Amino acid sequence: MFSRRIRTGSLALSLLLLFSLLLTACGGETPQPAATPGATTGQEAAPTTGGGDQTPTAGTDTGATATTPADTEATTTAPAGESGGGGTLTVGFAFVTSGDNAVYGNSQRAAAELAIEEINAKGEGPQIKAIFEDTAAKPDQAITVFQKFINNDQVHAIIGPTLSNEARSSDPVAQTAGVPVLAVSNTAGGITDMGDYIFRDSLAEFQVIPETVKQAKEKLNISKVSLLYASDDAFSKSGADVFRTELQKNNIQILSEQTFATADTDYRTQLTQIKGENPDAIVVSALANPAQTILQQARRDVGIDPKVHIIGGNGFNSPAVLKAAGDTAEGLVVGAAWNLNATDELSQQFIKDFNAKNGKDPDQFAAQAYAGVYILHDAATRAEIDGKPLAEARTAIRDALKSTDAVPTVLGPFSFTDKRDANHPPVVQIVKNGAFDILK
Amino acid sequence: MNLSQLPQQLLNGIFSGSIYALFALGYTLVFGVLDILNLAHAAIFMLGATFAWWLVVAQGWPLWLAFVVAVLVSGLLGVLLDRVAFLRLRLRGAPQLSALISSIGMALIFVGLARLLFNAERKQFPYASFPAVFFDIGSLRIRLLDVVILAVSLAMMFGLTYLVRRTSLGRAMRAVAENPRAAALLGVNIDRVIMQTFFIASALGGAAGILYGMSLNSIEPGMGNQVELKGLSIIILGGMGSIPGAMIAGFLIGMVEVLSVVFGGSQLKDALVFVALFLVLLLRPQGIFGARQGRAA
Repeated sequence: MFSRRIRTGSLALSLLLLFSLLLTACGGETPQPAATPGATTGQEAAPTTGGGDQTPTAGTDTGATATTPADTEATTTAPAGESGGGGTLTVGFAFVTSGDNAVYGNSQRAAAELAIEEINAKGEGPQIKAIFEDTAAKPDQAITVFQKFINNDQVHAIIGPTLSNEARSSDPVAQTAGVPVLAVSNTAGGITDMGDYIFRDSLAEFQVIPETVKQAKEKLNISKVSLLYASDDAFSKSGADVFRTELQKNNIQILSEQTFATADTDYRTQLTQIKGENPDAIVVSALANPAQTILQQARRDVGIDPKVHIIGGNGFNSPAVLKAAGDTAEGLVVGAAWNLNATDELSQQFIKDFNAKNGKDPDQFAAQAYAGVYILHDAATRAEIDGKPLAEARTAIRDALKSTDAVPTVLGPFSFTDKRDANHPPVVQIVKNGAFDILK
Repeated sequence: MNLSQLPQQLLNGIFSGSIYALFALGYTLVFGVLDILNLAHAAIFMLGATFAWWLVVAQGWPLWLAFVVAVLVSGLLGVLLDRVAFLRLRLRGAPQLSALISSIGMALIFVGLARLLFNAERKQFPYASFPAVFFDIGSLRIRLLDVVILAVSLAMMFGLTYLVRRTSLGRAMRAVAENPRAAALLGVNIDRVIMQTFFIASALGGAAGILYGMSLNSIEPGMGNQVELKGLSIIILGGMGSIPGAMIAGFLIGMVEVLSVVFGGSQLKDALVFVALFLVLLLRPQGIFGARQGRAA
């Protein structure tokens, strides 16, 4: 064909350069936010000017907005002039709103905005000033966002980040700075072990999975399974670890373990292997996008019998996944913190309002984000942050969060465990006719 | 280790290998003619798929028509790519490294544009936009889609081989590859040949993208990353610039992938591709079909 003289030197150099570039770009190259957290501005402004003492007047409000870099995605939901007399609670929301995992973050953001609107309209306690930033599912971007929240925006507390992977990198930043973090979707183990400023209202995988496995064994008669998970993602891997332990505890045989990378889209090879092992069920620990593709490829491309249940972790737990997977999701078993069939009054009202505002049903992530705003606001109200210097207000909120006692939320009356984790029982769901139903 | 699914897995390897090969052909063609690595090829792969998806989902076009149009548009994007990223560098006689960097820049722009225009979420062709027909033979399950993909890939590969070997455009391409200056002196319009090369290479890349998106039913701005490294391994394995080499290596890599899973190493799936690459390079540094290094044109 093309016989040619290859200039070896420049080719080798090119390849070297290229591989290093590709490797760094591997996580998907969402553009970084143009806003670099100007540590200098933040620190200089902190001690004396309006940032340190958040007086709830229109003047300070404008001042604070002006210090926010113009190119960030900041929404000030607090009405400019009035406030309920409780001061202003500035909250940074760090959600994934671009890329593969935007399905979670967009749902969380919509729910948080709804909660903020309701709280600010009611006018009890401090008004909430919200700043939303995209963490793009990247740990380094999550750190940048946290630094911006803490130094530039002078937030009282942070809600987020969406993914456990991000939290592992970003939460220590907040812990060191003494800023309370309320995780509303992290489910990996060890999140709250990072420090006494870290809280979560989301049930961890280790709280949900034992119940899922137990009920699957009892109600679906499962005795041997194959395990499939993403080996390069903290959430998926820690979920798989918990599944493994619980399966062994329940004397369920694990026929094989198959892994994939989060960026993969072709799972047919692994699924074909699993099909050959003839399991009673396939246990999958994966984020939403792999989850939906796995369902489709398992049922359609590889042709795994619909009687072989797929048992999933939290990643499967979203109407968006169900919608995308369509009929291939039938029979999927997944544990959750909250279900659309929840009958309590707060949940019913939330579902109605969320639907009216966004034209779709909320998922568990929405419910947890919505509850998170209420829990944080309750703590801030009890902490009486009005007039307190920023650092003191932050600590006061942390202390108030600790003593959270049966706050009414869509998740039920909410309290934290001693280890600052969520404290309420999970529900095990099964997909029937395209919707999550309670497993019976 | 469970071998009961081995025949099925080998088939899976052939099917995914055919798409890898199709993707790598565009790389190898541009490298063969111009001696540069066009790293925007993976972005065109993605744009082809995204554009076809848009035609089907947003415009309601039938799939076959969307395929043809998206392939042509991918080819035109390749021409645009050449005009913007490579032409000026070439005229100035800039080193190959500049062209490489320039193509990375274009790749970033293309991916950014796709995010902007079509957002970053994972997209899917509506189910059964390609008839969901399966042939179940014993424990084997063959999708009609995969058979069609294999046929289209093979047809394109042989078509390309014919084009390069037998047509006057192919002769001009080979002349430019051998020695651009001599080709120009002999009356070959170099600029036009290069433009046509980019059109063909990018059209193949776009076609590979559409087929890949249909096969896995998943299209997103980052999808190029998944095949980019495989494509590079393929052209190195096959011999830089060699068309039959790229085809063979494409199937080889598809096989290595499935076999690594069959023999219990799904953890090592990607790593083993590179192990295979290193092994081949140790034994045959010029690649399977590569010309001996240093051989003068």
